Amino acid sequence: MRQSIVHWFKFASPQSFYPLAGRMIPWFWAAAAIFGVAGLWISFFVAPTDAQQGEGYRIIFVHVPASWMSMFIYLVMAFWAGLGLALNTRVSGMMAQALAPTGALMAALSLLTGALWGKPMWGAWWVWDARLTSELILFFLYLGFMALQAAIDDPRRADKAGAILALVGVVNIPIIYFSVKWWNTLHQGSTINLNKAPSMAQTMLWGMLLMALAFWMYSIAVALMRVRAIILERERHTEWVKHAVE
Amino acid sequence: MSAFLATVRRDLLLALRRKSEVLTAVFFFVIVTSLFPLGIGPEPVLLKKIAPGILWVAALLATLLGLPRLFAADHGDGTLEQMALSPSPLGMLVAGKILAHWLLCGLPLVLLAPVLGLQFDLDPSALGILTLALLLGTPLLSLIGAIGAALTLGVRGGGVLLALLVLPLYIPALIFGAGAVEAHIAGLGAGGHLSLLAAMLALAVFFAPWATTAALRIALE
Repeated sequence: MRQSIVHWFKFASPQSFYPLAGRMIPWFWAAAAIFGVAGLWISFFVAPTDAQQGEGYRIIFVHVPASWMSMFIYLVMAFWAGLGLALNTRVSGMMAQALAPTGALMAALSLLTGALWGKPMWGAWWVWDARLTSELILFFLYLGFMALQAAIDDPRRADKAGAILALVGVVNIPIIYFSVKWWNTLHQGSTINLNKAPSMAQTMLWGMLLMALAFWMYSIAVALMRVRAIILERERHTEWVKHAVE
Repeated sequence: MSAFLATVRRDLLLALRRKSEVLTAVFFFVIVTSLFPLGIGPEPVLLKKIAPGILWVAALLATLLGLPRLFAADHGDGTLEQMALSPSPLGMLVAGKILAHWLLCGLPLVLLAPVLGLQFDLDPSALGILTLALLLGTPLLSLIGAIGAALTLGVRGGGVLLALLVLPLYIPALIFGAGAVEAHIAGLGAGGHLSLLAAMLALAVFFAPWATTAALRIALE
């Protein structure tokens, strides 16, 4: 037990995490490429054309994984932030900082593809549906997190302040989601019911899952690359960074 | 507890010595609500329908306006550090400051809301629900806002940043607060909305001073 704790905390030091991340990155890129190619092949060539929506529905293979990742990354970010706050490990805060731009990107991608999908299918770029609205709010939460971290010069303080904000956000996300949902049902007889998903063909599901895995691997790879850059920037005064850069 | 009351008394006294700061937020509330009919047009039916939303959004913004002052002056002259070092728990003192902030920035809005609601032709019973919803909701706004105020203490561009951090977190209060009045007007009864608002307030009373204290300690490091 004691041995394993020591082993894990070893990678809480930027110096030992930096090479580890470097070794992991190619594997995650490779996994992202393999899952991506397989997923795109299934989604473009294998999955059948939808009876109601035609070819346009194929945007689902980007839209749904991006939405999933945007929510999942916030949870992971809050996990690292909380860990950093509780154990005072430096790499945890850097991980949270590295994940935020990818999460915001996923939220933006989800909103963008949603709008592109909504226009031909519902005839509107935007509807005040509960899911769209809560995704937009999630995007705002990411922006707030990044803005707070960018505004504080001392990186340790930025990490801790960001951690508290991320944890407050995590407590609020379910409250926001349900309040938006009830707000939506109170206000309008929803003209478009997103919940009534047509029974999905097996191949479509496989395509979506593979694309989600590809997005997941991509997010890990990019976050690790970003965390390496953050480590170099923050540890630039140390000897080992001077050697690593050479 | 005596430290809590002393903090409340001190903050109220300080604010009443400089009344203009308190009154600015109140007049902001009045002016913003008066701008909406000017922008939308004087149609009574439409104005009556959107009145709860307008009053609530104006209350959110007016609360936001007072938030940067919550800790800034005490941080500037070092009082906050003394508070952190004092034998009474910082969380208690912070709770006192939040209560004082609500009494200065939130309570006037609650008391003014029925008068402004009359301008929008709301029924007496709807005005009552609006006041009750604001009475439950504005402390919630002060509590959540205090976390943001503590996080942005002494940070570049604090005021704008504060709005970006806090406004998304205000959304549930806005939905249930304005929703209570709308549900009442629609004949559905406001009980559910008010209960949820009260539940969120209870949650915030417990957690927000704690999170604010943690954020303040980081700012003071």
